[in-house]
Amino acid sequence: MKPAPVAFHPLARLLHWSMAVLIIAMLFVGVSMIADLSPRHTLLISVHKAIGLALLVLVVIRIILRLTLPHPPVPTDLPPLQRLAAGASHLLLYALMLAMPLIGWGMLSAGGYPLPLQLPALLPHDLQLYAVLRRAHGWLAYLLFATVLVHLGAALVHALIRRDGVLRSMWPGPIRRQPLEAKE
Amino acid sequence: MSTPLHGLPRALRLAAIGLVLATLAAGFAYAAGWIGSAALSPKRIIDTFEDQAGHFPGYRKNHAKGLCVSGYFLSNRQAESLSRARVFSQAQVPVIGRFAIGGANPHSADTSVPVRSLALQLSSDDGEVWRTGMNTPPVLAVSTPEAFYQQVLAMTPDPATGKPDPARMQAFFAAHPESAAFRQWAKDYKAPDSFANSSFNSINAFALVNKAGNRQYVRWSLMPETPFVALPGPVDDPQYLQHDLQQRLSQGPLRWNLRLTLAAAGDPVDDPSQPWPAERRTVDAGTLVINHVDPPEQGACRDLNFDPLILPSGIEPSADPILAARSAAYSESFNRRSREAAQLGARP
Ligand code: HEM
Ligand code: HEM
Repeated sequence: MKPAPVAFHPLARLLHWSMAVLIIAMLFVGVSMIADLSPRHTLLISVHKAIGLALLVLVVIRIILRLTLPHPPVPTDLPPLQRLAAGASHLLLYALMLAMPLIGWGMLSAGGYPLPLQLPALLPHDLQLYAVLRRAHGWLAYLLFATVLVHLGAALVHALIRRDGVLRSMWPGPIRRQPLEAKE
Repeated sequence: MSTPLHGLPRALRLAAIGLVLATLAAGFAYAAGWIGSAALSPKRIIDTFEDQAGHFPGYRKNHAKGLCVSGYFLSNRQAESLSRARVFSQAQVPVIGRFAIGGANPHSADTSVPVRSLALQLSSDDGEVWRTGMNTPPVLAVSTPEAFYQQVLAMTPDPATGKPDPARMQAFFAAHPESAAFRQWAKDYKAPDSFANSSFNSINAFALVNKAGNRQYVRWSLMPETPFVALPGPVDDPQYLQHDLQQRLSQGPLRWNLRLTLAAAGDPVDDPSQPWPAERRTVDAGTLVINHVDPPEQGACRDLNFDPLILPSGIEPSADPILAARSAAYSESFNRRSREAAQLGARP
């Protein structure tokens, strides 16, 4: 068996960081646009739909890459509970990254709204279904933001306190080989 | 490199991480408007409508009382050179609409409210959708959402009389000279006796864009073919306009002409309180035919949000701030009534 890589594939790292920026922007744009009634609201709504749909394409690519490319393991010296938490929070992040744009698309369909690029409706026009999805879009967005914060906190703990190779395995720049291999 | 930290350095770094996360969370709460200054929001506008008129679950939070109708639009291709939107060239475009009276109370008597409205959805065969909400006045009393909100507050019913306090309204109008055209309209206005002979106005301006990419600002109106007859003095039937509409449509279709008024250079296109000079060129773009009315609280219009910024390619919003505020407030109203409908299990 080939040894597991010490870092994520460059394509995976590129996707990780570009999606991270876009998702955080989407969360801030989302909550601020619905409280706004200036012409900025009009602009932000269309930006939100466009970036949201682009993120749907990106997350599908990303899930395929995650399932096909080899990726570094969680550090072996991590306590079992923390390993479980890491795994569960990553799964939750993938689920939310996939769910949020799908709910956005589905909720516009259920609300009887025309869709960007004349995409087909995902769901029938149904006001009660719209109500459920519109609330889910809001609450799951807050859950996504909370999960991102936990994820960021954990990454910083790895980098600054445990000082293992976890943050470096996803580092956006080139990976310095030496210290990582020394750790193995 | 991989030795974990202990003691004070560890505590300091943990505190730093906590600070980073707390800052992000506070930024999020600020962006959402949960903390910090309370700017005018769609939520506050809809709350105020409900405070004043009462809470009517499942109903639209403004123009609450209305009827769904349907029919079609017959384009005469006169506006084809002004806009590439397919509605101006397709021979017959299916239409869903809603006649309503202004106000957030779905139980108001039809003739007790001066403002009437017509909302339309035109679905052309290229898949584009045009939604527009039009009112009977040709202009608004105000030019900004903040002034609109002040106007709503000034119209708060006096608990003693159940009517707005005239002194408060006067003070509002005195503080808002931009309302002059609206006040003149209100003074001269003779209410027609039917939706069928009412004219409806876009009030806000939009830009038409043609195939060459040229922009022309316009306002549009639906001009009734049914002749004007004034509303007879006091009317007993609280559903006067609804009964009249049902009765007329049982006899045959009703027609309006879609009139586009073309702005000239320098006309105020971002200010819905300012009329354009009467001599502006107009183009008659076709005929709206309404041939069907649904029973109250039923029909295809009920679960639609007539957001005036749902526009086909070839029609674009102006920078009018009221237009953006309408779009935001209609969405809040739609969200709220959809939630209420889901809670009620059935819709009103
Ligand atoms: C990762 C993807 C997405 C994220 C993180 C996200 C996030 C958000 C957030 C935080 C809100 C405000 C919710 C609230 O406070 O109630 C929101 C609202 C909204 N989102 Fe998304 N969204 C995403 C994708 C999409 C997509 C793909 C669409 C549609 C194509 C969409 C359409 C909307 C709309 C229309 C609203 C506001 C509706 C209203 O006026 O009530 N979103 N989104
Ligand atoms: C800032 C100013 C305004 C605010 C905040 C406002 C707010 C609202 C709201 C919340 C609704 C209910 C929407 C729904 O739940 O579907 C509504 C309906 C409506 N408004 Fe406005 N409105 C404003 C100005 C105007 C203007 C200028 C016009 C006309 C040119 C207009 C025409 C209509 C029409 C036609 C409806 C009824 C739509 C229907 O029958 O479904 N509104 N308005």
